[in-house]
Amino acid sequence: MTESKTPQWVEKLFTQLVDGGVTLFTHVPDAGNAALIRLAQRHNETSAVLLSTEEEGIGISAGADLVGGRSVVCMQSSGVGNCINHLSLVKGGRFPVFLIVTMRGDYGEQNPWQYPMGQAVDTVLEAMGLLIFRVDTEEDLEVATNAALLACFKAGEGVALILSQRFLGAKAF
Amino acid sequence: MTESTLDRRELLPKLFPNPAEYLMISGLAGASRDAAKLTSEANYLYTMGGAMGAAVPIGLGMALCAPDRKVAAITGDGELLMNIGCLATTATAAPKNFSIVCIDNGQHGETGGQKGHTAERTNLEIMAQGAGIASTMTVCSPEELEAAARFLVEPPAPRFLWARVLPGPPSDWTRNWHLADCRVRFKDAFARR
Repeated sequence: MTESKTPQWVEKLFTQLVDGGVTLFTHVPDAGNAALIRLAQRHNETSAVLLSTEEEGIGISAGADLVGGRSVVCMQSSGVGNCINHLSLVKGGRFPVFLIVTMRGDYGEQNPWQYPMGQAVDTVLEAMGLLIFRVDTEEDLEVATNAALLACFKAGEGVALILSQRFLGAKAF
Repeated sequence: MTESTLDRRELLPKLFPNPAEYLMISGLAGASRDAAKLTSEANYLYTMGGAMGAAVPIGLGMALCAPDRKVAAITGDGELLMNIGCLATTATAAPKNFSIVCIDNGQHGETGGQKGHTAERTNLEIMAQGAGIASTMTVCSPEELEAAARFLVEPPAPRFLWARVLPGPPSDWTRNWHLADCRVRFKDAFARR
């Protein structure tokens, strides 16, 4: 696999998450989270867990929480739909689940398959009781990440940090 | 496949003579009733009543974040098949402290006993082997239970035990259904230990 230089914002995001006590980065691979996962694989105090489907990450986060651990689930927006029933653990169980969603099907998308789920992400997550912290610009990232960490691991809310295509850049076809 | 002669209510007490050595997660329906009966619904067990398919992932999360503790996930055939990829996820993550017990009655017991895939052609031990789980075993008779209990201790983890049971009722236990309360109870007990 080709490996590009880690963007500075990814370094910053990773450091914020590690400083926030996150040790486990579960993920379904996406271009938008690839660099973050590479950092999690290399750091001494974090590990990356490859998932088969995104909802496994919800369960792993719940299991981590039961024993005092902190985990984030990294996925593309299309994976949000896979998680819905397992987000009962957030709405009913008050498990502090932290999603990092890299968007498709929003700003500048060219693939028509990505729009249906991409456009439903906020509605679906809000319906299951998660709070949404959206990142559209580089200035948003640090404050949104900090707010999401506090809401999740201090206040016990389920949260989604949404990295939009306006922020990430749309995939070229 | 050999016909099962195993009553599910005899299974867990034989497999886990000292359940308090474990952190446990149990999947919905009969798996949780059997696990709750085994432990008298102790605070080292988290029982599920929904989020079908999450039992193994929850156990995996516990195992990865509490590597010094033994973790067991008790699940059913219907629940496991709903999220069968979790076996591959477990195999790749390869926690050395994690065992999965699948209580397979070949039917959807909670919804009226409708026949499941394992009553036809599906072999869950072979699926676990194919996923790459380090150690696997099948048990389907009371005579094999002693060997099955050793299986949960001796071979390298992660382990997968396919327990094919008769389609009779699970253990008699009325459990706490409040998922948020049970979370707090488990967390508090874990933090105190």
